[in-house]
Amino acid sequence: SGAKPISHSQITRLYSRFTSLDKGENGTLSREDFQRIPELAINPLGDRIINAFFSEGEDQVNFRGFMRTLAHFRPIEDNEKSKDQNGPEPLNSRSNKLHFAFRLYDLDKDDKISRDELLQVLRMMVGVNISDEQLGSIADRTIQEADQDGDCAISFAEFVKVLEKVDVEQKMSIRFLH
Amino acid sequence: EEKTYSLPAWLIASFWESVALQETCFLSDYYIWKINVDETPMEKEIASLHRMEFQFSDIFYFCRKGFEAIVEDEVTQRFSSEELVSWNLLTRTNVNFHYVSLRLTVVWVIGVIVRYCFLLPLRFTLAAIGITSMIVGTTVVGQLPNSSLKNYLSEVVHLTCSRILVRALSGTIHYHNKENKPQKGGICVANHTSPIDAIILTNDGCYAMVGQVHGGLMGVIQRATVKACPHVWFERSEIKDRHLVTKRLREHVADKNKLPILIFPEGTCINNTSVMMFKKGSFEIGGTIYPVAIKYDPQFGDAFWNSSKYNIVSYLLRIMTSWAIVCHVWYMPPMVRKDGEDAVQFANRVRSAIARQGGLTELPWDGGLKRAKVKDSFKEEQQKNYSKMLVRNGSQGSLSAGTESD
Repeated sequence: SGAKPISHSQITRLYSRFTSLDKGENGTLSREDFQRIPELAINPLGDRIINAFFSEGEDQVNFRGFMRTLAHFRPIEDNEKSKDQNGPEPLNSRSNKLHFAFRLYDLDKDDKISRDELLQVLRMMVGVNISDEQLGSIADRTIQEADQDGDCAISFAEFVKVLEKVDVEQKMSIRFLH
Repeated sequence: EEKTYSLPAWLIASFWESVALQETCFLSDYYIWKINVDETPMEKEIASLHRMEFQFSDIFYFCRKGFEAIVEDEVTQRFSSEELVSWNLLTRTNVNFHYVSLRLTVVWVIGVIVRYCFLLPLRFTLAAIGITSMIVGTTVVGQLPNSSLKNYLSEVVHLTCSRILVRALSGTIHYHNKENKPQKGGICVANHTSPIDAIILTNDGCYAMVGQVHGGLMGVIQRATVKACPHVWFERSEIKDRHLVTKRLREHVADKNKLPILIFPEGTCINNTSVMMFKKGSFEIGGTIYPVAIKYDPQFGDAFWNSSKYNIVSYLLRIMTSWAIVCHVWYMPPMVRKDGEDAVQFANRVRSAIARQGGLTELPWDGGLKRAKVKDSFKEEQQKNYSKMLVRNGSQGSLSAGTESD
């Protein structure tokens, strides 16, 4: 594939992290295992982030699934060293990072961010500090600005267009110290 | 020309080789592990385009912070043993063990034999002698009527038995700034890493212990020692009543003839790399606080008790099969509560002083997070800060883009 393979040490360390989170010692993580990380539990989007690890209807994630989700946050620089155009797109490409963010909004997975879905995410981030009316008008304005085909919902293409100037690579990557 | 070594020289050469190898093998692994946490504050990152309005990219900040916490977080790592940069030949501290050389493995095997077959029985015997002397000695002294002779003998018994127990752990303790040693009528507070913290301190002075009454051998020791010296033991039911606890401690501290009480305000064992939030109760009693910083040297043994992973017996076994317990104790100048300072601020001030002296990091997190969930108020604060950014200008879509308010 088009990405430099993750180093053996990094896998070992992430496996060590996986096992330290796995309090039940059964080789899988549950949502409670993630909730035990205080910095994640206080993150306004904590629940959505945790959900990203679990497939539809599943409530356990194994190490493979854990790594797959984490792979979205590998820096893109890792890919430039081997430009193989024939392989499948790596999980940490700009497009896949954006797709990951899109899925955090799009709960019902219909490939559109509706007004309601946007409101839900907004509500998670502001808590009780903003009224429904104000939040509603923020959502309306945001959709209006991004919506190009007039269906009052944001498709993935419209999402990508809105974020074309944003440095996705830098904001959605975690770097190890070398 | 081939060199042949005699056995001792070979051992020394292997030891030296293992030390040199540590630098190359384990050091690089350790640093690959650390992630480069982006310290850009939320305000700067989200508002970077000078538009105080919601953008789809606002979630990136929270997303990344969430994933950083999943890969490595500040808190949960404190509840397990410290990762060492170089190996101290104890497998328990070598998470990434990989076979390096035959010589190193042989040295390690010899180490295991020495630790388990020689050191352990010796230490166990010493510990048994120490504990028995403590129980018998304090019971005998406890029979005497209250007098200065009794106090003197009680101190002798406590100190002697403490010293036997420290030998039983092969403890080497370096005390610094002895002129600041806690005085009578004061409160000694220290960071907490292990149940043996108390023995480390009583090796050099006499304290009145504070704690809950236990059953078993510990209970026997507690009942015996309290006859000789006014330790403050609480029943389980009493310890839930904060007012009762504070009242009893206040009475003890008010009596300037009584030994300084020893308290560990973190409330739980932390792995000696950081100091977590202090419970304010000890700082409401009044009186002079004598802070003490305790730092263990991880090269010789891991003193941290991971109570969710090991029970006390397996913990003591691990301690007694380490190379040694080496630690530094810094006595620090006494501190009192300033005017206008409440108990929480005072506690934080003492905590900072201890962290600075011991070279530990300070964390704004509660040691109780080892078992309990984090409070919602932290999340609510983040939500509040983000909301402030969204409606800072009072309206959205302001025509004069780029103007800073206030």
